[in-house]
Amino acid sequence: MIYLLLVGVPLLVGLLALAVDNDERRPWLLPFGFAIHASIVAACWRTLPGPAMDGWLRIDDLGLLVLSLASAMLLVCSVYCLEYLRLRRERRNRLFTACLSFVLAAVSLVAVSHHMGLLWVGMEAATLAIAPLVYFNHNERSLEATWKYLMMGSLGIGLALLGTFFLTLATFPFQGPGDPLLIDTLLSRAGTLSLPWLKGAFIFLLVGYGTKMGLAPLHSWKPDAYGESPGVVGAILAGVITACPFLGILRAFQVCAAAGIAGFAQSILVMIGLLSMATAAVFIIGQRDFKRMLAYSSVEQMGILALGVGLGPAGSFAALLHMINNGLTKGVLFLSAGNIHRAFGGKTMDHAHGALRRAPVSAALFLLGFVAVTGSPPFAPFVSEFSILRAAVNGHRLGVALGFVGLLAVIFIGMATTVLSVVYGLPPSSDSKQSLQGDSPLMIAAPLVFMAVVVFLGLWLPDWLTTVLGGAAKLLNTGAA
Amino acid sequence: MEQFSQLLLAFIVFLSLYLLGSSSLTGCINIMALQGMCLGFLPLTVRAEGFHSRTLLLAAGMFILKGFLIPRILLYAIREVKIRREIEPMIGYAPSLLLGAVLIGVSFVLAERLPVPAGLRTSLLIPVSLATVMMGMLMMISRIKAITQVIGYLVFENGVYLFGLAIAYEVPWLIEMGVLLDVFVAVFVMGIIINHIARAFDSISTEKLTRLND
Repeated sequence: MIYLLLVGVPLLVGLLALAVDNDERRPWLLPFGFAIHASIVAACWRTLPGPAMDGWLRIDDLGLLVLSLASAMLLVCSVYCLEYLRLRRERRNRLFTACLSFVLAAVSLVAVSHHMGLLWVGMEAATLAIAPLVYFNHNERSLEATWKYLMMGSLGIGLALLGTFFLTLATFPFQGPGDPLLIDTLLSRAGTLSLPWLKGAFIFLLVGYGTKMGLAPLHSWKPDAYGESPGVVGAILAGVITACPFLGILRAFQVCAAAGIAGFAQSILVMIGLLSMATAAVFIIGQRDFKRMLAYSSVEQMGILALGVGLGPAGSFAALLHMINNGLTKGVLFLSAGNIHRAFGGKTMDHAHGALRRAPVSAALFLLGFVAVTGSPPFAPFVSEFSILRAAVNGHRLGVALGFVGLLAVIFIGMATTVLSVVYGLPPSSDSKQSLQGDSPLMIAAPLVFMAVVVFLGLWLPDWLTTVLGGAAKLLNTGAA
Repeated sequence: MEQFSQLLLAFIVFLSLYLLGSSSLTGCINIMALQGMCLGFLPLTVRAEGFHSRTLLLAAGMFILKGFLIPRILLYAIREVKIRREIEPMIGYAPSLLLGAVLIGVSFVLAERLPVPAGLRTSLLIPVSLATVMMGMLMMISRIKAITQVIGYLVFENGVYLFGLAIAYEVPWLIEMGVLLDVFVAVFVMGIIINHIARAFDSISTEKLTRLND
């Protein structure tokens, strides 16, 4: 029942949005619908619902983390959208609002499915639902971004399907009961899985879902899609949509760990994690477009997530915490970047400088978000990144630790150049005639909320969160060293 | 039956290779349709257990969708925007053919290292599927017209479907969902975007889509 509500409520909100024929009122559906969704998720924190549909649906600690992140972020973003869509009156928002709800429905399906095939279906639905959001601006640049996103996304999702097929073959010869792709079935039969097929499955799932996450070298769509979509869509892409394929990779890892080949999977994850960080470092230096810069920062953060999981139980705990911290920080960054973009009518260093004078709150949030995302105390990402570093050092992986710290430093310097130039200085005076607006209340309230949580989690990690994070990390590493 | 499926599979690889070397768009779409029809026959022949009604449904769905429906949509699209052939691709035709041959070799070597799944009547299925997947990916990245990229994607999906046939007994719904529905919806969405590209640029070359880069 609760599963039906989790997927059904946003689906219904989306259908309602399609039916409402008033651009002014339609966006109001979102905060109310998403608030209902969030309260259902809150109920799940109280007591975890048991499995349903023969075990196909089940929230465990891993799913709960992704579900909560998605629900909370979309709720805050929907409030931001109220004002954003009012400013963008020239564009019909029917498809935008509907697809935003469909995204939440698809993401919820991913989070609650305890079956590799069903999870794939949710991922596919999320991929298609987000495409119209990327194309919201309807100009040539967003068209290019949407095309690249669609081609790479379809390729990634196809590869993930192939990986899912591999996983099925690993269970052969399969004799009932139950479906071979149920997570529980896979875990309980982990000892009898055919290892060559399982290894192939892990690689294909990692590459396929990694494309959707934006892990290097398959990240090429990311700067375009993040750069050309509205800031709020960027926040959802970077915070929520990346967590879903990450969950897919974690599920595959779970099976590998149970089958006793955690070491194989971990070494690939560490390698691809460092590669993503290095790629991001190369492209972030000298990046003049601050939204594209954020996209590369997201590639880096995805690398950190993969790296963390590759470092064993302690690293997994930190990586899961980092998934949440990164999502919230990206919320701050993309929403404030969207505001700055609007205040200057451009998103490169040539157009935008002196943001502190024109849109002071957004600029301050952008600056704080930058400090947070690069891993400086007292913000939350510092805690998780430091734990990952500690996991590397404790595991005697000194090379990995050094690479990790070195790349973080390079990225900090690269981002600082762009961010400082956008925030400080004098705003260009030439375009003062245009009616470009500074800060507006709801559009700074949303990133402020994210920022508050990022500070809060940086100072104090509540027990209930630690328990769930610990439970999730334990799920990942049963059987792993 | 076994020989028939081997022959069909060999023919499918041959068609993918032919696609890599073909410059006429109408030709490409027709070959793809032919490949789609071959794929439609395959579910009836590859599994030792024979087939039941659900397999028959899958075969019919594949035959109609890949053999007729999608080629029709694509032919309609190129007639609307009046294009005949692919402009010089990023990797020329002869090198792509050569690369295709290498990819076929690679997939046979890869498949050799994987145990043959039980219940399969032919060991050719896995290598052919991997080869088709890789050749589709090659087409997607080396071609410039949006339509040829979609054709590449469809070839790629054909490969995924071939692989799915090996497990069509155990998880039939995933194949149906993943291969039939997914492809249909994806092509539908891609069609809309191609339409927008044609309107925005007066051409459907993704070559024009090169403003965003670092």
